[in-house]
Amino acid sequence: MAYNEHDHLLVIFPHPDDEAFSSAGTIIEHATNRGPVTYACLTLGEMGRNMGRPVFTNREQLATIRKRELIAAAEKMQITDLQMWGLRDKTVEFEDEAALAERIGQLIEKTRPTRVISFYPGYAVHPDHEATARAVVRALRAIDEADRPEFLAVAFANNTKDELGEGTFIHDVSAYTDQKVAALEAHASQTGGLMKVISEDSNIRDLLVKERYYHYPL
Amino acid sequence: MQTLDLKVVQQYIDDHANTPLYVHVETTNGAYATHQDPTFHSAGMFFRNAEITYERGLITGNGPYRIGLKLAHGWLYGEGLTDYEFAGDQLLIAGHDIEGRLAIAFELSPTPFAQGAEEVE
Repeated sequence: MAYNEHDHLLVIFPHPDDEAFSSAGTIIEHATNRGPVTYACLTLGEMGRNMGRPVFTNREQLATIRKRELIAAAEKMQITDLQMWGLRDKTVEFEDEAALAERIGQLIEKTRPTRVISFYPGYAVHPDHEATARAVVRALRAIDEADRPEFLAVAFANNTKDELGEGTFIHDVSAYTDQKVAALEAHASQTGGLMKVISEDSNIRDLLVKERYYHYPL
Repeated sequence: MQTLDLKVVQQYIDDHANTPLYVHVETTNGAYATHQDPTFHSAGMFFRNAEITYERGLITGNGPYRIGLKLAHGWLYGEGLTDYEFAGDQLLIAGHDIEGRLAIAFELSPTPFAQGAEEVE
């Protein structure tokens, strides 16, 4: 597939590292072969519990650290347009959902993406993920079907495979595994001991070679 | 951060009695505790930039430590505290578990704590 300025991928997640775990391979592949990538990251993940291993930051510095990590990770993933919306970690579900959907709608209108990646409502585990997913779905539903970008939804709740299956779109990203690991490592405060996790957790190993997206009925 | 020093922290507490302060207090089990163990009951809270004034305060215990600030109409209390750090005129106290993950934060500042992406360097 040839690179096309108009083949735009829009990624919307609430926390720095959501994009890397779920989608680094797909993002890098898109940025390399298809077109530009915009990432709207709704919070700075500043309420995270991990302070590095060993501890190298604190609650107040974590925002700065994660902001820098996000910028570095975005560079590794060749994300050309990184937007930090500045909501507070843990509070997305308490924001006005209609207003958030409106803002996402405006971003879609501006970037005219061919594909949107975000979470799958009901299977996204973290309340910020769920709130983001609902707002994205709401924004997409407000667009005429003919103009709507493709929606690739990330689901990882424990009941996902039982209830939704293996995935509607399973991207083989094994060609980008090294770059994905580099993007994950850029989120150092959250991924300290990554190699140990990779060796112990088969789900993470699977994520390094396959990125699974589900069709969500809009 | 460094291992909590009772004397140094107590000095800050004493120096700031009867002075309006902003607090950030928080407890957390991590956002994925129940995802990783469905039987685990995750509970936590945070309160950012509440304004308080205390008349007396004490940090105590053999480690992990406890703190209690006596307010005009009540108390602000925390336990499980292990580490501290000064950031300018802010006192940041935290409790980390054995793996270095934050379990509690208890922070005092004469000015509001940062909010939103623009206020973050």
